Amino acid sequence: MKKTLKKEDTYYENIIKKGYSRRDFMKFATVMTAFMGYESSMVSQVVNALETKKRIPVIWEHFQECTGCSESFIRSDHPLVADLILDTISLDYTDTLMAASGHNAEEAKQESMKENYGKYILIVEGAIPTKNEGYCTIAGRSAVEVLKESAAGAAAILAFGSCSSWGGVQAAHPNPTGSVPVDAIIKNKPIIRVPGCPPISEVMAGVVVHYATFGTLPDLDSMNRPKQFYGKRVHDSCYRRPNFDAGLFAETYDSEEAKKGYCLYKAGCRGPVTYNACGTMEWNNGVSFPIKSGYPCIGCSENNFWDNGPFTERLTNVPGMGIEATADKVGKIVLGTAVAGAAVHAVATNIAKRKEIRDAEKRGEQNEQNIKA
Amino acid sequence: MANRIVIDPITRIEGHLRVEAEIKDGKVVNAYCSSTMIRGMEKIVENRDPRDVWAFVQRTCGVCTTVHAIASIRSVEDALGIVIPPNAELARNIITTSQAMQDHVIHFYHLHALDWVDITQVLNADPKATSELAQSISKWHNSSPGYFSDVKTRIKKFVDSGQLGIFAKGYWGHSAMKLPAEVNLLAVAHYLEALEWQKEIIKIHTILGGKNPHPHFLVGGMASAINVSDAGGLNIERLAYVSKLLKDAHKFINEVYIPDLLAIASFYKDWGAIGGNKFNNYLSYGDLPTGNYGDIDTYKWPQGVILNGDLTKVHPVDLENTNEIQEFINKSWYDYPDGKEKGLHPWEGETNINYTGPKPPFNHLDVDKEYSFIKTPRWQGKPMEVGPLSRMLIGYVKGIPEYKEVVDYALTTLDVPVGALLSTLGRTAARGLESKLLADWGLEFFDQLINNIKNGDTRMASTEKWDPSTWPAEAKGVGYMEAPRGGLAHWIKIKDTKTEKYQMVVPTTWNAGPRDPKGQMSAYESALIDTPVADPDNPVEILRTIHSFDPCLACAVHLYDEQGKNISQVNIGGACSI
Repeated sequence: MKKTLKKEDTYYENIIKKGYSRRDFMKFATVMTAFMGYESSMVSQVVNALETKKRIPVIWEHFQECTGCSESFIRSDHPLVADLILDTISLDYTDTLMAASGHNAEEAKQESMKENYGKYILIVEGAIPTKNEGYCTIAGRSAVEVLKESAAGAAAILAFGSCSSWGGVQAAHPNPTGSVPVDAIIKNKPIIRVPGCPPISEVMAGVVVHYATFGTLPDLDSMNRPKQFYGKRVHDSCYRRPNFDAGLFAETYDSEEAKKGYCLYKAGCRGPVTYNACGTMEWNNGVSFPIKSGYPCIGCSENNFWDNGPFTERLTNVPGMGIEATADKVGKIVLGTAVAGAAVHAVATNIAKRKEIRDAEKRGEQNEQNIKA
Repeated sequence: MANRIVIDPITRIEGHLRVEAEIKDGKVVNAYCSSTMIRGMEKIVENRDPRDVWAFVQRTCGVCTTVHAIASIRSVEDALGIVIPPNAELARNIITTSQAMQDHVIHFYHLHALDWVDITQVLNADPKATSELAQSISKWHNSSPGYFSDVKTRIKKFVDSGQLGIFAKGYWGHSAMKLPAEVNLLAVAHYLEALEWQKEIIKIHTILGGKNPHPHFLVGGMASAINVSDAGGLNIERLAYVSKLLKDAHKFINEVYIPDLLAIASFYKDWGAIGGNKFNNYLSYGDLPTGNYGDIDTYKWPQGVILNGDLTKVHPVDLENTNEIQEFINKSWYDYPDGKEKGLHPWEGETNINYTGPKPPFNHLDVDKEYSFIKTPRWQGKPMEVGPLSRMLIGYVKGIPEYKEVVDYALTTLDVPVGALLSTLGRTAARGLESKLLADWGLEFFDQLINNIKNGDTRMASTEKWDPSTWPAEAKGVGYMEAPRGGLAHWIKIKDTKTEKYQMVVPTTWNAGPRDPKGQMSAYESALIDTPVADPDNPVEILRTIHSFDPCLACAVHLYDEQGKNISQVNIGGACSI
């Protein structure tokens, strides 16, 4: 059944067509405004944008991935997001959900990319192997070739997840397939990193809607991450932070300290070097996040976090410890290289913590040697 | 001369799967399934802290997002002799149960249904007749004519918009689509409801593991400490949340999924004679211990093997016996040091990648040579099917009352013989019937957890062997579990507190492997033989059979290189593809 685009509906028209009320639409706009970090006075501008902007086609490519980012995306929880993100954007190609397979699926993609050349959003899930073209093929074509073709007509690229943002788990030592992130292949397009393993559902939705609404990329930090979601360390937004400041730590699991919700820094928590919205938004519509459920953060949104281990060992190099930090302030010294060992940029708030860091440093260096060995 | 068709990508799955099938006289006469992506997980976890490995291997699959982590922590616990507290066993059971329910529902509505349901037929449905149908099969509350009218209106406006998005170029109007318009409308309404429900049930993982996808786990138990008298742990609010979600799941499965499954199946009974594997061997490792993981007699999912379709006997399985489970690579892009014909037990397993397929872009694989990144596991040299059908059959053959009850109920309702289970329809039905059992079990596990707490046992983790200085210099273990798609096991060797060797044999490896040295097909290929194909350009029938297994491909592919040197020996110039 071949259907061609008759006319491009606005978001508002589309929503009303789908049977939603004006009130539903206003609620959605309000929620998205809050997500995007704007004052409530901006709601009317978001509404205006959604009412007048055209729908944007989306092509979603899957390379070396686990589909966890797609799974997270469909968890998007606020009233209209689950329906609207799928419908508001026109999701013209995705391995995970589309009805057609094989040549039917590929034709649908080609038609959309041709018709919407220069206008569609390309979402990339997964890393790209470079050691051998045969390590990831789709329809008999290599991942590199498919990515280059899809990127050519994209208005912008969203790198969803730590794999397309940084390389991810397959790029961890020894990176057997030579996996690289999107920006190692594509140099001439705006690429927004939305890292996380996977990213929080509403963060993914928020980035898409920001672009669809304002027609601009969200405000990005120096690593091309949207500041509104990645501007704060988990440590600085963690509800257990007062325990850290008071020197109250849980060192073993299921201990009295663990049961009281003490700080997990000594159990290896990566909150102090991890920029993400887990502490502020929490997961699955604000239910919890790893630290709240008793597990140290493993830093899954950071570059090279897989090799910043073992996760069971406390951090050895924590810059800005004890003060509010943003990614740009702390800069590139730390990110992804927290076990680099040599330079300690710790500014601990009390002597006890400084000693903790000193003691742990040696173990961290040893760990690094072990991994490299 | 048979006509070779290629379906790549197979969509509505996890990962990258390619099928090449030969069609003659309207039927599949030969089929080759290939996994076309590799990452090298087993190599990556070498030399890591065994207590961290769960996080790495968990990323083999983000759909069945918990299962590899559980198999991994169990393998480490097995190697180190750690027995976890009963509450941790129950918490893991609740995670596994809710994972399987969510996965099965997503599979039915969002990955499999569009092979059977024609979304465009919704436009011809009468909302009043749909309401009557819905109310005749279920007491689910969303069943009024007005409700179905709203859904129909929404779909009509969607189709009229001309932008079909994920529904573009589907198999609409295909001659294999048999549902009355009203059943299509019912199914599409529940497609949308299931999309909302699936994000609720997984909040159990968020409570017990901090997030979903990819919740956190702990070697030795669970880190979510129980504390009903102080802030900071699992308190009564958190537990009540889990309870509510399990009750909601019970209701959704019994009032939506099961009635829809039986309603749709009743129009496709001919598929009870299509798509069974031809070797009729079924394997389950078993899982969901009601006592201790080490005591397989307490499992809700029983362990065993059914051979040659003999539904009177269940054979025992030993995952540590090096003669039982072996992986072959004669048709896979790997090398073994002792040649390509000999199988290796996972503790001895190794995989040196050697891609010899065509250089992309390519039109066809050379199936006379190696053609997949999946290895081929065998049990005592025999191919096995794993998954919900295997588990249901083994429980049924063992005569476990709750299995007999749900299976007989389905057979009676559909008026089909027990042999109809060994088919595409049976595989899809088994997944639903299993969900019905899981919905009951989840509530049972939760009640046991509450009883333990009431009796004063709040232990959630065993930490005596957390410190690596307590470990032996060398140890090896196997951790197994039943993933939604079937039996999953990880084998680990630990040396000097580091991971020396790691091997995973996953459900899709069992089902989707290429041919073995004896030429025996694995389950996907075998099941496709004789599948009818009315229109080779739109082979929806092949998708029905392949999707009935719920493929999960990234799981099925991984690279292991014992010496750590063969990675660089890959022949980049020569071959590469798939």
